Order: sequence, then C-alpha cells, then structure tokens
Amino acid sequence: MKPKKKVEKIVFVSEKDVPLMPMSLGSMLYNKTGSWRNIRPEIDLAGCIQCGICWKFCPDISIEIENEFPVVNYDYCKGCGICAEECPTKCIAMVEERK
Amino acid sequence: MKKVIMGNHALSWGAQLGRAQVIAAYPITPQTQVVELLSEMCANKTLDAKFIKVESEHSAMAACIAASIAGARTFTATSAQGLALMHELLHWASGGRNPVVMGNINRAMAPGWSIWTDQNDSLSQRDTGWIQFYCSSNQEVVDTVIQAFRVSEAVMIPSMVILDAFALSHTYEVVDIPDQEKVDAFLPRFNPPIRLTPSAPHAFGGLTSPEHYFELRYKLQKDMEKVPDLVEKTGREYEKIFGRYLGQVEDYRCEDAELIFVTSGTAGYTARVGVDQLRQEGVKAGNLRIKMFRPFPFAKVREVLTKAGKVAVVDRNISYGHHGMFYQEVKSALYGQDHSLPIFGYITGLGGRDITPETYKEIAQLTLAKDKPEEDITWIGVKR
Repeated sequence: MKPKKKVEKIVFVSEKDVPLMPMSLGSMLYNKTGSWRNIRPEIDLAGCIQCGICWKFCPDISIEIENEFPVVNYDYCKGCGICAEECPTKCIAMVEERK
Repeated sequence: MKKVIMGNHALSWGAQLGRAQVIAAYPITPQTQVVELLSEMCANKTLDAKFIKVESEHSAMAACIAASIAGARTFTATSAQGLALMHELLHWASGGRNPVVMGNINRAMAPGWSIWTDQNDSLSQRDTGWIQFYCSSNQEVVDTVIQAFRVSEAVMIPSMVILDAFALSHTYEVVDIPDQEKVDAFLPRFNPPIRLTPSAPHAFGGLTSPEHYFELRYKLQKDMEKVPDLVEKTGREYEKIFGRYLGQVEDYRCEDAELIFVTSGTAGYTARVGVDQLRQEGVKAGNLRIKMFRPFPFAKVREVLTKAGKVAVVDRNISYGHHGMFYQEVKSALYGQDHSLPIFGYITGLGGRDITPETYKEIAQLTLAKDKPEEDITWIGVKR
C-alpha cells in the first residue's frame, strides 16, 4: 500500500470560507468507514486474473490497484461484499472480523 | 414575432429562448405538451439541448441536478403527483445550489384523482428552498422562464415557474415571442462559479457534519433574501429590452381601495375583471396579485396592503389544520406593522372548481359586511 497523506479534518471558522455548494468538505477522507465492517474481503492473489472487476464495482473506492494487483483499503471498506460477489475467479473471501 | 400558443408551449418556448442545454422530463397530464414540444425542438435542432428520457420525475430531477453541477443550463417540467415524487430531489437541487428551472402545472393532489387546478402541489413544496413564480398569462410564462434562468443562476438557487392546469396550461393566447438575439444579450451562457469537471475533481453532496451544515443553510437563506431586489432589477432590465415588467407582485387599482383582494395565478387575472365590475357598482376594490411566493415579497405586500381598508386573501389551496397558505403568509407579512388591518381568509376553487368575477363579488359582499373576520376560513362555493 502506498504511503497515505495524513488526513486532517477540515474546519472552517467562518461561513464565508464554507463553499457555496456542499462539496469537498473532506468528510469522505476523515470519516473512516472501515470501522463499520463486520466481514472483511481478503484477496487470494494466486487466483487473481487482474481483470479489475472488484476495483470497478467497489462503491466506496476502497479497492486500489497497486503493481497491477488489487489491494483493499481497510480504512474505508465497509465490508459490503460486492467485490467477492462479482469476482469471476472467486478469489476474494469474506472473512469474519475479530474485533 | 407574435404567436398563438398554449400555456404549456409557452414554457417550452421559454426554455428554448433561454437556450436550456439539458432537459430531463417525464410526461404527466396536464404538463405533457411542454415535454412534447421540447422533444420536437431538440429533434428539429431549434434547441441545441440533450433531451434525457427518464423513468420517473425523481430521476428527471436527479438528471437535471447532475447536469447543472456539470455546468449545463437545465430545464424540466412536471405537475402534482410528479412534483410530489420529486420532493426529495427538490431539496437536493436547492441545498446543492443547482439553479435548475422547472415548470410546474398546478394540479390538485390525488385522491380523489384529479387533473384540474389548485395550488396544493406547489405550495406543499414551499419550504424546499426553491424560488416560486406564479403566472397568470402565457406571455408571463415565457417572460418568467427567461428571467428565472437569470435570477436562479445569479444566486445559484432553483426556480419553479407555475401555471394553472387547463385555465392556463391548455388555454391559447397571443404571445409576443422575444427575439432570440435580444434574449441572448439579456441571458448570457450559464457560467457557474463551481462545476464538476475532470480537471478539478470534487465530491458533491457528501457527508456534512454539524461543523458546516448550519453555515450552508445560513448561506442559502442569505442568498434567498437577495432575490426580491434581484427580481426587481432583472425585471426592469427586461422591461427596457422587451417592454414588459415582471416583478414580485402586480397591484391593480389598489391606490384608493377600501378592499384589496390578494390573489395568484389565473384567479388573479379574473380578479381584475371582478375589481372592474365592483368599481362599476361603486365598490372601491383593488387586486394584489402575488407573482413571487418564495421568497415572499414582504416589502411589496406591506407597501400595497397598508393602503387598504380591508384585505381579502383568496386561496386556491389549504394547509389542513391551518388556513389558506397565502392567508398565512399575508398575515405574517403584516404582523407587527403599525396598523390593525382586518384580513379575511377565503378558500375557493379547489380541484379546479371555477373562480369567476362572481366569486369576487360574493367575497366583497361578505368582507364589507363585517368589521373584522369572525373565522379564519370562509369557504366560497362549497355545496351545503
């Protein structure tokens, strides 16, 4: 996983600085939705054919492609299981979280 | 160029002259001809717009919002049940500051299933953060759509242009169609301060914590408060070019009136006939037609009504458990003013029951017979 930028919460002190539209307030970065997860996707790269379907289907942009293989970003993955469902070689397993 | 067109086509013409770039709409009686003509205009290339066919009004508004975020001038039209289905997305458009312009044909809400006019559909959406204009002639519809684009885009708040089912939507009138060149000069291309573009990616409408949500709403209200002056200014500029003034209200023979009707939509046009007839009978009546309901034209309403002896608000709508909605608004506008003006509330014409000059004569008689209202709702025309 590539080194990540430190995510800081954006706080505007005046309404004048708040953008007109509710946009890019940074909430998607600092709000680490990975803690919602009950089951986690684990990719067995031995079975991966590098089709990119998991990356394309992930509704939370939590699968990244690194060195041509998928990597799950567990900071944001909510464990929905869509990647495992869509994977044509079934090399993604949904494994119970032990917290 | 003068043309004889129906009210629905007046909306389509307004959208074409305003050079809408994306139209997503779903047909519903009595709005269908708006969409029909717009799709023809797109097919004939007299209107260079993307016409998106959708499976519901909810999707129509969603498509308009997305196109607006991408920087396109967008237009749609609906009515009654369709508007109600859009409700969630109406908040998205205003909260997201997407200046979509939408025609709405006032049609009574079902059940009982109705296609005839009353205002409960659009007035149920009064708190969604949309600007609302109520029209009384087809000319006003064309002129209002063009000005609505200007006003909406200046403050980044969406607008609804509203007309009565059948009484206007299907009524043919002579309309002076403005010259395209002059409209282009009055209404330049939509150039939003922020747009969705690959070169500057942003996430729109994401989770907004208590840290900033409040400020977003504060800004929406502050910009809404700019609209009355903006409508005056835009209206005067339009008048200079096209000779017709829109504005927030239309006052008719109010100067010396002992009784002023407060009206809207086509019933507000009929009221002028009622006023003329009453004046012939020696009753000094006047009519204040509210053209802009949101934001509410407080200053104009106060200015005109404080000259009156009595006020009779005629509502073609009802807030169940409260009163007529224009009645509520007029009372709130006059609260705390330095006078004790008797304000009477009348409800009539629901579900397309006709409102005629006789209706106004009856209202005048009832109002003049009393010093002050004894009840908040007086029903006109209920079969009892």
